Amino acid sequence: MEWQEVVIRLFKNKISLIGLILIIFFGVIAIGAPWIAPPSDPSEPYMVPRAGWGFEPQPPSSEHIFGTAEGQYDIFYGIIWGTRTAFRIGFIIVGISSFIGILVGTLAGYYGGWFDEVVMRITDIFMAIPFLIAAIVMTTILGQGLRNVMIALITFGWMNSARLMRSQVLSIKEEEFVIAADALGAGDFRIIFKHVILNTIFPLVIEASMRMGSMVITASTLSFLGIGAPEGYADWGQMISFARNWILGGEGNAIKYWFTVVIPGGAITLFCLSWNLIGDAFRDILDPKLQ
Amino acid sequence: MSKEKLIDVNDLATYFHTEEGTVKAVDGVSFEIYPGETLGIVGESGCGKSVTSLSIMRLIESPPGKIENGEILFNGKDLTKLNQKQMRKIRGNDISMIFQEPMTSLNPVYTVGDQIMEAILIHKDVSKKEARQEAIDMLTKVGIPLPEQRVDEYPHQLSGGMRQRVMIAMSLSCDPQLLIADEPTTALDVTIQAQILELMNSLKRQFGMAIMMITHDLGVIAEVSDRVAVMYAGKVVEYADVKDLYGDPKHPYTWGLMYSIPHIEKDLERLEAIPGNVPNPLNFPEGCKFNTRCQFATDKCRVDEPELEEVEEGHYSACWHVDKLEEQKAKQGRG
Ligand SMILES: Nc1ncnc2c1ncn2[C@@H]1O[C@H](COP(=O)(O)OP(=O)(O)OP(=O)(O)O)[C@@H](O)[C@H]1O
Ligand code: SF4
Ligand SMILES: [Mg+2]
Repeated sequence: MEWQEVVIRLFKNKISLIGLILIIFFGVIAIGAPWIAPPSDPSEPYMVPRAGWGFEPQPPSSEHIFGTAEGQYDIFYGIIWGTRTAFRIGFIIVGISSFIGILVGTLAGYYGGWFDEVVMRITDIFMAIPFLIAAIVMTTILGQGLRNVMIALITFGWMNSARLMRSQVLSIKEEEFVIAADALGAGDFRIIFKHVILNTIFPLVIEASMRMGSMVITASTLSFLGIGAPEGYADWGQMISFARNWILGGEGNAIKYWFTVVIPGGAITLFCLSWNLIGDAFRDILDPKLQ
Repeated sequence: MSKEKLIDVNDLATYFHTEEGTVKAVDGVSFEIYPGETLGIVGESGCGKSVTSLSIMRLIESPPGKIENGEILFNGKDLTKLNQKQMRKIRGNDISMIFQEPMTSLNPVYTVGDQIMEAILIHKDVSKKEARQEAIDMLTKVGIPLPEQRVDEYPHQLSGGMRQRVMIAMSLSCDPQLLIADEPTTALDVTIQAQILELMNSLKRQFGMAIMMITHDLGVIAEVSDRVAVMYAGKVVEYADVKDLYGDPKHPYTWGLMYSIPHIEKDLERLEAIPGNVPNPLNFPEGCKFNTRCQFATDKCRVDEPELEEVEEGHYSACWHVDKLEEQKAKQGRG
């Protein structure tokens, strides 16, 4: 199947269309952030402005349409600029870890032998380490901050792509057209790139789009635990962590502070959902057998 | 023939070292091909035809495969001694190869033009535009109608026969001296088969290359070959001019194979294939490897392995008891 056809079918499929629309919606918000929520200090747009120093969250009002979180951080501003953070975290983590996975998996699968053996055992070791704990420990060692969160998640997030890629390469390597390319005198690099990777990339794309959502959630988790974004940084996980003391409501009203949880939580959920929908749709389109 | 040999394979042995044991897929094969001639290689499935051709191309997967012995002299140069880089210059350029499945030997994600151009661009110093023009010319030469349009189509838009033509175009685009065709027509239906063979014959005249035609179909061999090597269990058991081989087979295996070609108009008994199975390559019998299925086998056959010997001028057979075969043929009132 060619790229064009895949794209056309992606648009025709209702589920993926919803996913696509959501992603585009988030994309527009991310791009339009400076106009939707103009920063008061353009040199530090990711710092969420505060509407005072009070402790108790304030409900939505005309001035703060999503209300304010603990510490009077403006939730609307945090959500809008947090969209950029989410995309950045997702693309960087998934991009780099997929790249590492593709590289490792392709070389292991293509060259095989002892090289494959060594590389895949290392992969197994990484897989045996519980992901979240490893990420927490590594971020704690490296120090708080989104950059370190990303480094930690990349370090422990490439193995699935590597395994997937390797199995793809192993099966495609036996294809006659790869042998035929070899028989034409094509070099290893040419064969790997033109004949192997481009024929195996779709399952990787599916896996990557699924991982977009989960990586953003994990990054949010680390922020929630206080080892991610620094306080006041526009990040959805951080926004939720502001709600930690208010989730149970108060004064006989269990949902009094609903906006502190529901709004950032909803943003994360929708963001992940949209990537998963696209991933699912990709899978349906590309490989009926995979279901 | 007094001409220089194009390729001279001597005592080639290629083994696969697997967990179950050593598979002696090719075990002492010798033959030669002269410029411009077609050598047919025929034999049942698993006798080592593909491994022989992949050994020449040095495309044996290693591990588990390894060329254990022998030399492959191509224009006097031993291919077994070349490194991969030197070999790459030869593949697709001096020696090229087409495969059995035209379905799978083209990459589904590229247009046929891209794939023919790839072959050209690897070996020739031409621009993309020139390569594209050459690709279109090649499509014309292999008889694909509307080549300007076809060049931008994907393999799945073409029929099996058309795809095999594209493969042929690809393999001939650098004007090789030797074309190895590994069962190029097996996957096609009969009428298309005939067209492809016809095409290969005419391209051979036009390009002047030699062909090594691999098949398990004696009919195909008869149609295109000048000389024939019959393989059994990793060895050449009979080697002769195509006319001599068909007119007067000198090895019980070849003789049996001929009887397994259906001659519907002749007597029905001849439909019988050779009884028994090809021996397990992990566990070949002692002596002549055909002894488990040979009606002439004696104790000697079960101990000593016969070598190829010239039984008539230019006609070689590896059998201890060619005389017994002759008696049998005489009894049946045949050649
Ligand atoms: N990669 C490999 N590993 C182990 N054994 C192999 C490998 N490739 C081929 N063989 C063995 O080598 C022997 C010869 O195989 P080959 O493919 O040359 O047969 P063939 O004559 O081409 O048969 P066919 O008509 O089915 O194509 C077979 O017994 C096969 O099992
Ligand atoms: S050597 Fe013996 S077993 Fe082998 S083909 Fe000849 S007669 Fe048969
Ligand atoms: Mg074969």
